[in-house]
Formats: sequence, structure tokens, C-alpha cells
Amino acid sequence: MRTRSGIRRIDRIVWSLATVFLAHAAVAAVPPAQAAKPTAYAEECGACHTAYPTRLLRPADWAVVLASLDRHFGVDASLDSTTRAAVATQLGVDPAVSSAATAKAAPRITQQGWFREEHDEVSAQQFRSPAVRSAANCNACHAGADRDQFDEHSVRIPR
Amino acid sequence: MFRKALLAATVLLAAPALTDTPESLMRGYAEQARTTSASYAGPSPAAGRRLFHQQPRDWSCATCHTDQPTATGRHAITGKAIGPLSPVANPERLRDAAKVEKWFKRNCSDTLGRPCTPAEKADLIAFLLGAREGA
Ligand code: HEC
Ligand code: HEC
Ligand code: HEC
Repeated sequence: MRTRSGIRRIDRIVWSLATVFLAHAAVAAVPPAQAAKPTAYAEECGACHTAYPTRLLRPADWAVVLASLDRHFGVDASLDSTTRAAVATQLGVDPAVSSAATAKAAPRITQQGWFREEHDEVSAQQFRSPAVRSAANCNACHAGADRDQFDEHSVRIPR
Repeated sequence: MFRKALLAATVLLAAPALTDTPESLMRGYAEQARTTSASYAGPSPAAGRRLFHQQPRDWSCATCHTDQPTATGRHAITGKAIGPLSPVANPERLRDAAKVEKWFKRNCSDTLGRPCTPAEKADLIAFLLGAREGA
């Protein structure tokens, strides 16, 4: 039954299968956020909260944060050593220091003097409202927090 | 012509997988489970659903990912929005073996106070794959 037209039909099927597969592969090959691949810091440290602008803590403080990621403010935020080293470099921390055990409590941005001053008009109640939940949730009030934008024009306390 | 077309198709099909898929990850965990137990019956969405709602301590998976894994969740402490966990609603989910392992390690520890077994991971993925939008 291998007529000429039969072969042509198989030919067509194979080619259309190949085309579908190619189209599919092309889509799969382009990750959704290909335009600007987030850095290790933005990707790893922005998963559970705002990727805090790195200038808001000193490298020595970031080092303490990185050294205790398995017990990170009540959650497990542990990273494999390669990824942690990449994040450390971005934060200006020596990767070796970032993996050294520490007994120090991890520092908070929200407990720095300047933070309290800038937010002295924000009440504890506003920080804990259901829409905000925590002072560390910068994005709730500063829509541009991930891009280090905190100017007063873009502040909005949700209610 | 037919031969050439067939060859092209074979080459394309033989190309290495470009990304992990939820199904390939589930099969991988199921294979691991089978090596430790000969009587392993395969991934169970029902067992995955039970585990997802189990709350031995402060949290269950649903605390941050909501009762409906097709819905947008919220981190219990920080309040940050978390995109839907089910690949049915969020095609970016369960596409990277290392990422999935990282989060299973952290979240099983925070939620259950212990690591999840390979069988439990396969059950959880089966549950997430079967989740229906709005159901
Ligand atoms: C698994 C979730 C998770 C990941 C991943 C994570 N964090 Fe956190 N982080 C938290 C939680 C929870 C808090 C406590 C927030 C609160 O009290 O509202 C926190 C708080 C912080 C704070 C203090 C915020 C404040 O109150 O000033 C810093 C700084 C911080 N994280 C840095 C990092 C860095 C750096 C990384 C990446 C290496 C990271 N986090 C990754 C969950 C996470
Ligand atoms: C509950 C809402 C809220 C949250 C959450 C919040 N802020 Fe603010 N923030 C404000 C308000 C209101 C101001 C004062 C704006 C003004 O009048 O200048 C402010 C001011 C600031 C300023 C000074 C801006 C300027 O140019 O004057 C900085 C910097 C800042 N916040 C950083 C942060 C960071 C970092 C976080 C998270 C760790 C955070 N904020 C969380 C409401 C908030
Ligand atoms: C305290 C909050 C919290 C709890 C509880 C929690 N998760 Fe998550 N989970 C997160 C956050 C935050 C992310 C990463 C955020 C993102 O990718 O949008 C995440 C990501 C994941 C991922 C990665 C999916 C992917 O491919 O992107 C899986 C799988 C997952 N969680 C499963 C679970 C399971 C199973 C449980 C219960 C054992 C659980 N989570 C409990 C907060 C939580």
C-alpha cells in the first residue's frame, strides 16, 4: 500500500510533527524573564520579601545575615555554597566570611536609627495592618522598593 | 524526501530536554521512592492534598500558598505576594529541579519540622498538577 500519495502523506505528517516540535522547543527555550535575568541577590533574596537595596546595611552586617541563612528570622533560607558565594560577592562580602558560623543576631534594616527617624510618623498599627503585615514589607508602601525608590511621592500607606 | 524528514524529526526528538517539567520531576521522585520500597504504589494526589494541609506546628503549606494552589498566596511573616504554586495556573512552576529541591528543603523543614521524603514530594507534585482552577 505504499503509494506515492501515501508516502507524501506520511511525509507531511512527519514534517508537521517536526514543525510543531520545533515551535514548542523555541517557546520552551525562551524563559519568560529573558530580557533582564535577575541577579543572584535579586532572585534569592527577593523571593520572600523585598530585595532590600544593598546599600541599606554594611557589608559586615550582610556577612552576619549570610552566615545564618538556615535560621533566618524564623525561617529556613539556606542556599547551596555556590549560590551563597555569588550573593556574597554582590553584597561586598568575602565568600569565606559568609559561610563562617556566627553567634551574632542578624541585623535588621528596620531597627537602624535612620529607619526609625524616617518612619516616625508611621504608627505600629499601620505597620502591622493586614495589608502591610510587617515593617520589613517595604513594597507594601514603597512600590519601587525593589528598585531602591523611596521618595515621598511614591509612598502610599495601604489601608 | 521521507527519509530526510524522518531524520530531521529524529534529531529534534533526540535533542536533550531543554527544561525540567512537572511530570519529569514527579517521575524522578517516584523512581527514588521505588528504590527504597518495592511496594511503592506511585504518586497519589490525595496523599499530596492531605500533606499540603497538615499543620503539625505553626504553619501548613496552605498558610503561605492558600487552600487553593491555583490562587496567589502570601508569605505568613513578610506579607509578600507569592504567585500560584500549581503549574496549572502558573506555567513557571516546577520547571527547575534544583529550585524545587531548594524550596522543598526549606518549606518542609519550616512547616513539618523535617525533610519531605521522595514519595511525599511526588505526591505533592501530583496534587499540584491535578489542582483545578477555581476548584
Ligand atoms: C525563605 C524566605 C526568605 C528568604 C529566601 C530570604 N529571607 Fe530575609 N527574611 C525572611 C523573613 C521571614 C524575615 C523576617 C521579616 C519580618 O520580620 O517581617 C526576613 C528578614 C530579613 C532582613 C531583616 C529585615 C528587617 O526587618 O529589617 C534582612 C536584612 C534579610 N531578610 C535579608 C535577606 C537576604 C540577604 C537574603 C538572601 C540571602 C534573604 N533575606 C532571603 C525570609 C526570607
Ligand atoms: C507602612 C508603610 C511603610 C513601610 C512598610 C515602609 N515604609 Fe518607608 N516610608 C513610609 C513613609 C510614610 C515614609 C515617609 C515619606 C515622607 O514623608 O517622606 C517613608 C520614608 C522612607 C524613606 C525616606 C524617603 C525619603 O526620600 O524621604 C526611606 C529610605 C524608606 N522609607 C525606606 C523603607 C524601607 C527600606 C522599608 C522596608 C525595610 C520601608 N521604608 C518600609 C512608609 C513605609
Ligand atoms: C512561610 C511561607 C511558606 C510556607 C509555609 C510554604 N511555602 Fe512554599 N514557597 C514559599 C515562598 C516564599 C516560595 C518562593 C516564592 C516564589 O517563587 O514566588 C515558595 C516556593 C515553593 C516551591 C517552588 C516552586 C517552583 O518551582 O517555583 C515549592 C515546590 C513549594 N514552595 C512547596 C511548598 C510546600 C510543599 C509547602 C509545605 C510543606 C510549602 N511550600 C510551604 C513560601 C512558603
